[in-house]
Amino acid sequence: MISDKQDSGILTGRSFKFGDDISTDLIAPGRFFHLRSNLPELAKHVLEDADPEFARKVKPGDFVVGGRNFGLGSSREHAPVIMKIAGVGAVLAKSFARIFFRNSINVGLPALICDTDKIDEGDILEINLREGIVNNKTKDIKIEFRPLPEVMIKILNDGGLAEHIRKNRGFNL
Amino acid sequence: MDKTISEKIISEHAGRELKAGDIAVVDADVVMSQDGTGPLAVSQFKKMGFSSVKKPEKSIFFIDHSAPSPRKELSNSHNMLRDFASSTGAGISDVGKGICHQILVESYVCPGDIVIGGDSHTCTPGALGAFATGMGSTDIAVGYALAKTWLMVPQTIKVNFNGALKRGVFAKDLIIYLIGKITSDGATYKAFEFGGGFSASLDIDGRFTISNMAVEAGAKTGIFPSDDITYEYLKNQGRGDCFREIYADKGAVYEKSIDIDCPVVKPMVSQPHTVDNALPVDALEKIKIDQVFIGTCTNGRFSDLKVAAEILKGKKVKSGVRLIVVPASRDIYIRALKEGILETFVESGAVVQSPGCGPCVGIHQGALGDGEVCLSTQNRNFKGRMGNPDSFIYLSSPATAAWSSIKGYIADPREVLEQ
Repeated sequence: MISDKQDSGILTGRSFKFGDDISTDLIAPGRFFHLRSNLPELAKHVLEDADPEFARKVKPGDFVVGGRNFGLGSSREHAPVIMKIAGVGAVLAKSFARIFFRNSINVGLPALICDTDKIDEGDILEINLREGIVNNKTKDIKIEFRPLPEVMIKILNDGGLAEHIRKNRGFNL
Repeated sequence: MDKTISEKIISEHAGRELKAGDIAVVDADVVMSQDGTGPLAVSQFKKMGFSSVKKPEKSIFFIDHSAPSPRKELSNSHNMLRDFASSTGAGISDVGKGICHQILVESYVCPGDIVIGGDSHTCTPGALGAFATGMGSTDIAVGYALAKTWLMVPQTIKVNFNGALKRGVFAKDLIIYLIGKITSDGATYKAFEFGGGFSASLDIDGRFTISNMAVEAGAKTGIFPSDDITYEYLKNQGRGDCFREIYADKGAVYEKSIDIDCPVVKPMVSQPHTVDNALPVDALEKIKIDQVFIGTCTNGRFSDLKVAAEILKGKKVKSGVRLIVVPASRDIYIRALKEGILETFVESGAVVQSPGCGPCVGIHQGALGDGEVCLSTQNRNFKGRMGNPDSFIYLSSPATAAWSSIKGYIADPREVLEQ
């Protein structure tokens, strides 16, 4: 369902607002290390140490909205993977840590850099991936997000890195 | 065009001239993952339809994060990695051999290499003059299959360490000080290149500590030019023949330069819950500690254990404090064993555990209780890192950790080392 929406380039959902420095330890805590071989189970703990109720509240298509340096820390790709499994349609932040950003695109989870001070918890957002606009419908304001590098757009359009490589039998960037 | 070290290494591996900001598909010399990221890499590898590993002699799986396994799910993941390595010819570094980053520098990485690893601290071999960076499981799966990856050539921040550190102050204090100055995202997407007079004289273990923590400022990698110290290290590892001189050109263009005056740096701690929440130990109020951990890919090396043992010799860990020591590799463990260092630890009341990541990742071997405070020599103190979001982690050098374990609160090692 999410990839269908992505094809149309329009994503719609509610905002869940988090602060600065949301680490991968908060998104996919190390104490659930043994669940990394059982991703649907691990996804029940997504963002648990930042908001213990998040996994219960999130609905397919909702957005995670962070502040500065979202996803800092470990290289665990499980962090964006379980956000995606939990139904998160995109993650928005003022800035991302490098590995999390790359992993998100690799697993097909749009990671968008924009001014998230203009978004509050519960705001309804409509994101136009093609035009680079977040329409905050609750506040009736439009927020531009920074375009992704060309290589990442190609990977995202192919549905992630694994699909890109499978389709092209290697890199075609 | 004069180049930074990153521009040089990436250009060489792309087969064309590149500058900061360019994007290229490059050859990867060493590809690795560990027991936390390896299983997903294997499933992605299979999902992409690959069946063989391109460069098995330099493709390695490390079982270090949950080694020995504390539960059946992880035992099964370990077996999955062993089976995959066995069927593809890839390397397996099994329980007790040591932490991936330490084994990479001991046995695999050469100056000038591109290293990609499914672990954020893959920047560690930057200390040998390699371009080494962490990635997620799918990127690593592609690396195993094709021995290739894509990279954006990073802008470089030149860090000059000038002067010398005072007694009781170590490479760990220096890197915490630097991260405190530039913050946890001050180098995001950038490479560090370390230089200056102190850098040229810094021993290899100190360089590993500094490169290891480059990612804690958001950096893609943290590189030291290779020199006589690098050569001596590789020679002692029986790998002197892989030495190459790696250095930046004189006219290389840096995004900026940062000058650090080493003599002003004091013993430092990172306070909960971010690494850049840095403060000199002598500015702290009295912080009582429940657990002290000396080890990890940051500070589990021989010289780290040696300085900690010198402080603990003939003394006892404070009653009520747990001191956990984990050598970073089997070679370090054996050397520390032969030199009586492990005996000193055990006599002082410490628990010495088998080589690996120990309690750093919050899986086992020293998870914290509610409200507990740990002083650790690891690289990261995020909320929940050591298995409990209701605990508090401070980071320091091994000397500060050892002296604090005797005092029962975070204490300044100059009190004992300057005597």
